[in-house]
Amino acid sequence: MAKNPADNKQRIDQPTGTAFVGHEWDGIEELNTPLPRWWLWTFYLTIVWSLVYVVLYPAWPLVNSATEGVLKWTSRGQLAAEMKAAESDRAPLVNALAAIPVEQLVSDQKLYQGAVAGGSAAFKVHCVQCHGSGAIGSKGYPNLNDDDWLWGGDIGAIHYTLTHGIRNPDHPETRQSQMPAFDGILTPAEISSVVAHVQSLSGKAKPNAKGAEIFANNCASCHGTDGKGLREFGAPNLADNIWLYGSDKATLTQTIKQSRQGVMPRWNDKLDSVTIKMLAAYVHSLGGGEATPAAEALAPATMEAKAANGQP
Amino acid sequence: MAFRIIEHGKLERNVALLGLFALVTVAIGGLVQITPLFWIDSTIEKVEGMRPYTPLEQAGRNIYVREGCYVCHSQMVRPFRDEVERYGPYSLAAESMYDHPFQWGSKRTGPDLARVGGRYSDEWHREHLKDPRAVVPESIMPPYAFLADRDLDVGDMSKQLAALSNVGVPYSKEAITEANADLVAQADPNADSAGLKKRYAKVQVRDFDGNPTRLTEMDALVAYLQMLGTLVDHKKAAAQQVPNAEVAK
Repeated sequence: MAKNPADNKQRIDQPTGTAFVGHEWDGIEELNTPLPRWWLWTFYLTIVWSLVYVVLYPAWPLVNSATEGVLKWTSRGQLAAEMKAAESDRAPLVNALAAIPVEQLVSDQKLYQGAVAGGSAAFKVHCVQCHGSGAIGSKGYPNLNDDDWLWGGDIGAIHYTLTHGIRNPDHPETRQSQMPAFDGILTPAEISSVVAHVQSLSGKAKPNAKGAEIFANNCASCHGTDGKGLREFGAPNLADNIWLYGSDKATLTQTIKQSRQGVMPRWNDKLDSVTIKMLAAYVHSLGGGEATPAAEALAPATMEAKAANGQP
Repeated sequence: MAFRIIEHGKLERNVALLGLFALVTVAIGGLVQITPLFWIDSTIEKVEGMRPYTPLEQAGRNIYVREGCYVCHSQMVRPFRDEVERYGPYSLAAESMYDHPFQWGSKRTGPDLARVGGRYSDEWHREHLKDPRAVVPESIMPPYAFLADRDLDVGDMSKQLAALSNVGVPYSKEAITEANADLVAQADPNADSAGLKKRYAKVQVRDFDGNPTRLTEMDALVAYLQMLGTLVDHKKAAAQQVPNAEVAK
């Protein structure tokens, strides 16, 4: 068994030149081999590094916070610095965009192109989930590449929609309209006639005199007597071949019976005003963008004045 | 040997001494981590606008946890530029102070949801939960269509709010007694929701699942998703986000 360690102090293992520890099991003895130098010095270096770290960075927790460290580093401070650097890179474009009324953006081609590039990036982050990566939309979410606009396709109108959203009940300036659900107001037979009439508007069915009459009494106030829609109420054009929910009989019946209340979030509380302008420019550039009505291009205040009245 | 405080041979042969040194070593690590927790109440920044979850939101949260949404989605926007530009202002500790359990994390198979509230319409959420590929073709999220077919069965919501209040969520007595009524009222635009609105600031009252005749699990989950990250006004809170530890003092 183990001998008294004192006896082994001087006992050296001849082949290695290392002292014995004094443990012995059935003739197998333990050597007091020191740690490898490289390991030991790496260990000492980590201790030195930890001391340096404690001095430079927040380290020791105190009662209410931690020691600050001489660099005064914080993750929030680092973020603020990075954001500031990014901002100063983009400052010329951002400042110019902040200064120009959105209606006049189209006439400044260089600035417009810059805004379109920025909007294209922001669109991929915030808009593709509903409108699709190519902005082609899907059932219930409009295609933004065509020239069929529910609420208006000039850059000012697009900007207003982006800023205030569509049917945001908690936001008074939002775009608002409500199609009635005709289930119960019209009989199933009447609804079927209206469906036939609506389909006939774009040449999908034969004219239906009874449906036309019901349409004139119930639908024309928003969709127009010719079914071409009314942007003031976001009422879609029913006489073209672009359909938000579908033009087949079953879908149209459901639309008329239960109505549709498409919602778009407003972005004024989520994005800064320049990003919204960029998005407006990008969506306007997609192919269906309309020219700003002449009066508004001359007097940019008109948009705001109209906005204050609830409708652009 | 550079410095030798004690011969390791002595430590290895003396159980009491070895135990003492082990205790000292572990105690340093433990104290550094545990002691500050006793003062943690004062280290969470006070942020205006935070309130406990409404009963319907809490029920939605329970479904979120039950379905394991946290396995792929975190609820913590970290203070990095890429995250802030994608998801919005970084999360504050106070924003998850009423979360039991919290939903932090950095492992994301899907996007972070800390600020998903109000970014999509209710209809989008319904379609997306029923069939994620219908609105996001490249999505790999599993469908949760059954939520729309299951009645919301939460048992006694009062008891749950009372339990949460026991662990520090400041529900008033009234909020606890009215919990079951509040649960139903939030998903019914025609119900009397005056009390609910008084108890819970910024509460959104509407039919969330598009089916006014039933209160389903879809109602609860969409109500929860639509309020995430909407309570704190970050334009106002910016002043409170001093970029160093000053806030805590």
